[in-house]
Amino acid sequence: MQRLSNLAFGLLPVILALGLTTIILLVVGAPPLEAYRNIVEGALESPDKLSSVVTAAVPLWLCSAGLLITFAAGLWNIGVEGQIVAGALLATWLALNLTLPALLFTPLLLIAGMVGGALWGLLAGWLKVYGGVHEIFGGVGLNFIAIVLTNYLIFGPWKPADGATMSGTEPFPPLAWLPRLGGLPVHPIAVVLALVAIVLVYFALGDTTWGLKLKAIGKNQRSAFLMGIPTQRYILLAFLLCGALAGLTGSILATGVRQRLIPGISAGFGFSALLVVLLAGFRPVWVIPIALFFAAVGVGSPRLELNMQLDSALGGTLEGLIVLFVLLAQGVRRRLREA
Amino acid sequence: MDSLLLIKTLATIVRGATPLVFASIGETITERSGIINLSLDGTILLSAMVSFAVAYTTGSVILGFIAAMAVGALMAFIIAFGSIALRQDQVAIGFVLTLLGAELSSFLGNPFVRLRGPSVPHMPIPLLSEIPVIGPIFFNHNIVVYLSYVLIIGSWLYIFKTQPGLRLQGIGERPEAAFARGSHVNLMRYIYTIGGGALVGFAGATFSLSVKLGWSHRHTAGTGWIALAIVIFGGWHPLRVAFGAYLFGALKSLGSIFQRVAPGIPSQFFNGAPFALMIVVLFLVNSGWLDRLLFHLPARIRRVVHDALIGEPPAGLGRVFVKE
Repeated sequence: MQRLSNLAFGLLPVILALGLTTIILLVVGAPPLEAYRNIVEGALESPDKLSSVVTAAVPLWLCSAGLLITFAAGLWNIGVEGQIVAGALLATWLALNLTLPALLFTPLLLIAGMVGGALWGLLAGWLKVYGGVHEIFGGVGLNFIAIVLTNYLIFGPWKPADGATMSGTEPFPPLAWLPRLGGLPVHPIAVVLALVAIVLVYFALGDTTWGLKLKAIGKNQRSAFLMGIPTQRYILLAFLLCGALAGLTGSILATGVRQRLIPGISAGFGFSALLVVLLAGFRPVWVIPIALFFAAVGVGSPRLELNMQLDSALGGTLEGLIVLFVLLAQGVRRRLREA
Repeated sequence: MDSLLLIKTLATIVRGATPLVFASIGETITERSGIINLSLDGTILLSAMVSFAVAYTTGSVILGFIAAMAVGALMAFIIAFGSIALRQDQVAIGFVLTLLGAELSSFLGNPFVRLRGPSVPHMPIPLLSEIPVIGPIFFNHNIVVYLSYVLIIGSWLYIFKTQPGLRLQGIGERPEAAFARGSHVNLMRYIYTIGGGALVGFAGATFSLSVKLGWSHRHTAGTGWIALAIVIFGGWHPLRVAFGAYLFGALKSLGSIFQRVAPGIPSQFFNGAPFALMIVVLFLVNSGWLDRLLFHLPARIRRVVHDALIGEPPAGLGRVFVKE
């Protein structure tokens, strides 16, 4: 009975979301089945596409790992998007100005990304702890500022020799590129780092006193403080760690996926990661498959523009509807249990 | 700058700030009742898109506004229902709706990008618009701008000077006590959340049909977050919230002027300025720095300035009320 109810409450929101998306497609006069077929084919039809799905899952894995930490501390780190950008900026600065052997260059650029993201995250944390600025507003503000800074750098100091365009800086020197797996668009180092990050967060939150204290702060900051936990230091550390993982994402996007800095380098991965973690119910294990699903939808959706003249935002709509219905279904279930 | 240009600039600021006024006062009313509608950025995008699509298809600006208000009301209802009836996190649902509204507006708005459609007709008020200086700044606009004045004064009178307004304050401040005195706390919260949401939808329509005509992808991106910050900055007080909306509106207009005066400064900085100001303002209001500065003033003036600048959130904000 319990298992049946689990299954029902797991599937029902997905069915509702698919149903509503289908209605939306019918409203705009597009054949729904063909749209879904395009998304699925666009994501899964070739080894190349499958590698792209894994590559798109890496940013979601890394940012979700970071967000699991900040959510454990009861923080809404909406600034993760800007932290990705900050990491990409610092990595780009080094990639454009240094020449090192690849064996040194790659680790240095990844660490630079982590430092950039950590600093940007720490700034949001500092504003919260010492300025009373809620992390949602600090984060949103810093997101926009990071984007503005990127555009300034691309159209100013870092503009290519033949003139600035929306396509970004000049490509990095090949020594700075994150190595790929054969000819496929996937970076083994990035995949390993992302999965390691999730495993580490899983154990840190589940099996250490550090994680226990962090969760105590998330449940009730004041009583955690009264119990002698240095809450401010823990909150700052949570921002720093999440920022570092987001910044690592930014470095991977710049040195691996794009091999240059472009405007909008974060590509909404930070916001999607927030959805992934909400959908996973803050459980690290669930983050892995859900992020893969989101990545597949993200890689498959552009097909809608190519083949059907539909906007690829349909994929994001479907993801958002699933999360919304899951949250509502959780509420319904809780009320039923109480009744 | 000569005086004619100054008057023109001030008039532009007043008109340009209209969407912010509607959105931030709508959110003020919602938050006064104790519910946070975080979805503003997505709601404004979606309602701006829907209002333009409806007005374009039917040729009726009024239907556009009605459709936008329906969108805003629906988004707000989802938040109210999710938090009051289902006791889910208001912030989580609001955040999901923020993203969902943006994605839906991109998907559904795709066929309407960069079309020329109907807009709210210009309508100077006879006599009033003839008054020197004041006239051209405040009364040489369209009906939507005049409605924003009515909303500012009306919401202030309602919240502070009427019986239902006092009850609204009560359900946001102390829902338990309000309930004991006979208020239908949760029903009222539904009504104010949906009503406030309809105003946010109206703000979206004001964008695409009056201030930034037409529709393009992420047409209004960022406005909702600024509006949410203005509510905090304005201390949940309609007059101060309106002042905040004009302040941010001014910053936006000043950006385009400074660019003409000082072309050396990269234009990107002006795009980022409102968000930098948002952080600085919230920092000043919340960090206690302002209090420390005020400490140097004489006691009597200090209290006046403090009350004018710093407002407390409703004590019951974001807390679900459960009848025991």
